[in-house]
Amino acid sequence: MFLSRIVENVVRTDGRRVLAGLIRLTGDFDAAEDALQEAYARAMAVWGREGVPDRPAAWLNTVARRIAIDRNRRDRGVDPPEELEAPPVVIEEEHEVEDDRLRLLFVCCHPALSPEARCALALRTLGGLTTREIARGFVEPEATTAQRLVRAKKKIREARIPYEVPPREKLPERIETVLSVIYLIFNEGYASTDAPSLLRPDLVAEAIRLARLTVDLLPDVAEARGLLALLLLTDSRRAARTTAAGEIVPLEEQDRSLWDPGQIAEGVRLLDDALALRAAGPYQTQAAIAALHVTASTPAETDWPQIAALYRALLRMMPTPVIEFNAAVAEGMATTLERALEGIARVERGGQLASYYLLPAAKADVLRRLGRSDDAAAAYREAIALVTNPAERRYLEKRLAECALALPPLRG
Amino acid sequence: MKYILLIYGDEQAWAGLSKEEMEAMYAGHNAYAQALTEAGVTFSGSELKPVSTATSIRFGNGGSKTIDGPFAETKEQLAGYYVIDVEHLEQALGWAEKMPGMNSGTVEVRPLA
Repeated sequence: MFLSRIVENVVRTDGRRVLAGLIRLTGDFDAAEDALQEAYARAMAVWGREGVPDRPAAWLNTVARRIAIDRNRRDRGVDPPEELEAPPVVIEEEHEVEDDRLRLLFVCCHPALSPEARCALALRTLGGLTTREIARGFVEPEATTAQRLVRAKKKIREARIPYEVPPREKLPERIETVLSVIYLIFNEGYASTDAPSLLRPDLVAEAIRLARLTVDLLPDVAEARGLLALLLLTDSRRAARTTAAGEIVPLEEQDRSLWDPGQIAEGVRLLDDALALRAAGPYQTQAAIAALHVTASTPAETDWPQIAALYRALLRMMPTPVIEFNAAVAEGMATTLERALEGIARVERGGQLASYYLLPAAKADVLRRLGRSDDAAAAYREAIALVTNPAERRYLEKRLAECALALPPLRG
Repeated sequence: MKYILLIYGDEQAWAGLSKEEMEAMYAGHNAYAQALTEAGVTFSGSELKPVSTATSIRFGNGGSKTIDGPFAETKEQLAGYYVIDVEHLEQALGWAEKMPGMNSGTVEVRPLA
């Protein structure tokens, strides 16, 4: 019996599009999901009896809409009309369907919702993840995720957040919010704060999927392409980032043959497309930095002066302590380790990164390269006191142990 | 759908405005009301007298008690409000962003039940 397989397939490829239209129709996430579930059930029954229709997705769409409308009438005390089990196939114009998904993207990422709720809602409604999967992704109890989703849907309904693409004057700000939601999901998957291993590939894959959707829906937005490029280029190193045992391999020690050449090529191409739109932004700049890292065939060939210049540009766009810190490290890599140390010390004196473990970790790394084992060990201890991810902690502890052995510096 | 726009700000700063600045502030609100009218938005609203004039009744233990101040002592105070009738949150936020005289402070937007 292949029917369930066929239905599953339609669900996977078209379910989210149908859902987006249903949400617009009903103005209610839960009513839309219920109608879609019911339509799946009917598809199993009707298709089993009469065969699979030519355009299963259109069939599903029509039936689900009818169910939603009937339920709405029933809820309001109006008699439902005769239910038709083989509705005429009326396929919506493709661009209308895409508009629905675009609206939904903006609703899910609305700044009136908390950032956590935005991520959960985007994964649930656009990504099609179950509440359980989202909870696993963010390492929180399922009840917490469920509660978050319920509250978010309630706020959308009660405060009446509209199913609309925001007005033109608000579009830049709102697009930024959408992109930041996707970036947050990716980051949570890529450098998870407390998962036992470093990676949660589910969230990484979902973020990339959402970024692709955003590029499809907003083809003229350079930063959307920039974000997708950044995610692909960053994720291209996935296979080399950790050993089979889950231990971290630092960038310069990674086996570059494990990097995904297809993903790198796609990322670079997307970045070129984005830059051609001539609207520079932080995601494109970060993608350019990532591209310089992954297109160098050896660590020594990395174009650090260019990377340092890009970080300076990034710092002008987003003057945050974390970027200032990264710029300082890049500057040092492009010139001398002493300068890196000075730059890191300058950011440290700023005091805003007191709980940011990567700062003492980077300081330790530079000190180690300079052969100052005792100072390096002290900095590693500082970093270990701050780090939360177990894999990252193990890496730092390994480095600390090497300092204790007072090995000669690996590089001058 | 009706939304209330609650205007919070530093009362001290407002109290310290010069006569000209104060007049500019009121002119701003007149223009705002004019813009709402022109957009066909039904609205009402008012400025509130300072928090020092507030009296609260606190309930509990089966009774009530009169308190000589606002609901809560805060750095920013509720200074006024508008109730506007618009289609959805996006429009309400659009009007909140246009609130005159806000160099600092907050406008909270809440739907009326």
